[in-house]
Amino acid sequence: MTALTNHAPVLLIAIPLLGAFGVPLIGKLGRGARNTFVGLIALITAAFAGLLAATVFARAGAPGLYVLGGGGFGVPLPSGLSVPIRIILEADGMSAFMALITALITLTGAFFSFSYWKDRSGGTLFYSLLLLLTAGIFGMELTGDLFNFFVFLEITSIAACGLIGFRVWLKNAQEAGFKVMALYTLSGLFVLLAVGLLYGQYGGLNIAYLASALTGSTIDIVALGLLLTGLALKAGAVPLHMWAPDAYGEAPAPMSAVLVANSQASLYGLFRILFTLFGLTISVATLGWILVVLALLTIFVGVTMALIQNDIKRLIAYSAVSQIGYMLLGVGVGLTVSVAKPDYGFVAMQGGIFHMFNDAVCVGLLFLVGGVITRAAGTRDLNRMGGLAHSMKWTSVLFIIGAFALAGVPPFNGFASKFLIYEATFRLSPILAVVAILSSILLLAVFVKVFQAAFLGPRQEGIGGEVPAGMMVPMVALAFVIVAFGLFPGFFIDKIVTPAANALWYGRDAYIGLVLGGG
Amino acid sequence: MGGISSGFGAWNPIAWALLFVGILAAGFIVRSFGKKEYKRGTGQTKVFLSGNEEPEASAALHVRGRHLYWGMVEGLSGYYRRVQALHTGVLSDYAAWFIGVLGLVFVILVLVR
Amino acid sequence: MNIGNLPFVVAALLVVLGIYTFLFKRNLIKLVIGISLVETGVNLFLVTLGYRTAGIAPIYTFAPEAERMVLPTPQALTLTSIVIGLATTALLLSFAVFIHRHYGTLDVRKVKELQG
Repeated sequence: MTALTNHAPVLLIAIPLLGAFGVPLIGKLGRGARNTFVGLIALITAAFAGLLAATVFARAGAPGLYVLGGGGFGVPLPSGLSVPIRIILEADGMSAFMALITALITLTGAFFSFSYWKDRSGGTLFYSLLLLLTAGIFGMELTGDLFNFFVFLEITSIAACGLIGFRVWLKNAQEAGFKVMALYTLSGLFVLLAVGLLYGQYGGLNIAYLASALTGSTIDIVALGLLLTGLALKAGAVPLHMWAPDAYGEAPAPMSAVLVANSQASLYGLFRILFTLFGLTISVATLGWILVVLALLTIFVGVTMALIQNDIKRLIAYSAVSQIGYMLLGVGVGLTVSVAKPDYGFVAMQGGIFHMFNDAVCVGLLFLVGGVITRAAGTRDLNRMGGLAHSMKWTSVLFIIGAFALAGVPPFNGFASKFLIYEATFRLSPILAVVAILSSILLLAVFVKVFQAAFLGPRQEGIGGEVPAGMMVPMVALAFVIVAFGLFPGFFIDKIVTPAANALWYGRDAYIGLVLGGG
Repeated sequence: MGGISSGFGAWNPIAWALLFVGILAAGFIVRSFGKKEYKRGTGQTKVFLSGNEEPEASAALHVRGRHLYWGMVEGLSGYYRRVQALHTGVLSDYAAWFIGVLGLVFVILVLVR
Repeated sequence: MNIGNLPFVVAALLVVLGIYTFLFKRNLIKLVIGISLVETGVNLFLVTLGYRTAGIAPIYTFAPEAERMVLPTPQALTLTSIVIGLATTALLLSFAVFIHRHYGTLDVRKVKELQG
């Protein structure tokens, strides 16, 4: 058991990767065998994510190392300094938190797809791409090496775009796939340029090593700008968000949720770079305010653009973009005050990080319900559907739960994280809290529009019909998580969110010391 | 138990849920003091539409999605005209935004250090 | 100006040319070429980082005595980047083929059904 625990970080990446390349082989045996295989891989991955999280949170979020290739990783130089040379996976509280999110979303996405993709062909390659995307996201979240981060970033870009454009008979999906792939590649290349700049300047690729060697020179500032903008594009911050409605809207419904997890992994990468790699060697006030301004724009533009959409999945996509702004806001406020470290900075970080989990679960549920609505109504146009609540009562209840939770209505989990964000950002500047609260109310208006258009109204013939259990169970599982996290937020914040926030807020020295002090 | 505190405020969802259930119960008790002798399905429970007939429940009656927030979108039409025009859908424009923000971030970071 | 800085200048020029192509050309294939140019520039930059003056190839077998070697790590990074570039270019081009099949055009200003 300890062997499994020790190897959990690399197994989290290796098992989905093995599954991705094994699915076409197992798929030769038939659909049942393939679905069982994919389900088994997803369950085992989720189990390892839980094991990793249990291990990391049991030691209060302190980082833990895994050296690919085993053995020592330090090469002593004549000057006495020890340079880390292998690829190192470093899992601290924040990584484990993100791994939990990814595991939950991909598990529900995979199980939803078994039922959703049942009557269509091409399922084998679909699941292969899904498992590849999962492996890439876990790699981004667990790695401690900057170039390795870039490689996994590109893996997720390719797999995500493959999934977006998967239905080649759909015209708009191809357009979305091209646009998203072009932008992801461009931003990935700028990230690689930044990694190259840092390597050329300091001679190392390990995040902890670079963090200890950074001096804040002009080249570092250039690299920081490239990394910030490149990862902000992948996360979907306004004004770099325009690919997001295309991507989330054209992907198959269960994959939109996993794409949101992908964006959150890029956001995690941004936070890791800002807090752990650069830390206080740069002007955190400037950087924090850049993040806060981006966050405000994202929150406001995201939700106002959602209000005028006629396509249900594009609408949910814009609201997902808007919620990324809340995460940026919370953590941005934390970054702005991370020199003086007042209490409200930590509360803001807790709110922002907790919102990452809540948003993933709520938007995941909404995308799944959106897929169900699209399938039941036969169209994605909000102006042509109606009266679905007559025949799909459970789905409408699930939609209400997801919509209220995302909009921050008590007692769901969205309210708990947004409450922390409102209260903490108010202390930095009242405008932040005002924009955040107003946009939450607008988001509720957006979902009232969807509810009215899709569910209310007289029954229309030919559409509707309750979904089969295969699609209902993942949605109910997500709703259960929403309600559970909403009724007991204190427990989850103490156990899961606070170690993650600590790892970013206070944990830079521990992160660096683990790699440089040992070996 | 089960509460979180943000340092300036507190939120306890269990207390909120109990209060909600309590208010619902109080409302239900008040409702039970009402008249119980009425006949369902007769004119006593029919919808009153100023004396008009209740129309057939058909799909034409449904208020579609685009009409629901018409007033608000009209009121913000200046904002929407400009912001929606910015979302052109052309890939080169998306990349232009990317390079533009990149340049702006460089300028800010180098100027302010 | 040091002549050894020339590869860095060329790499920067390639990146700028690639960005220009991506921003101002209308054919989708030319956009893909622009991305390919940016990628070539970044790869050239990475390889040049490893160069040490009068260094030999970083191979130990039959290496001359007491010679300085260029760094091998950037070469590994560049190989990885080239392979990633292959995969992304292939995916981009296949999307371009499908777009042509569906839309009948490769003009990026006409492929804008997803807007607003």
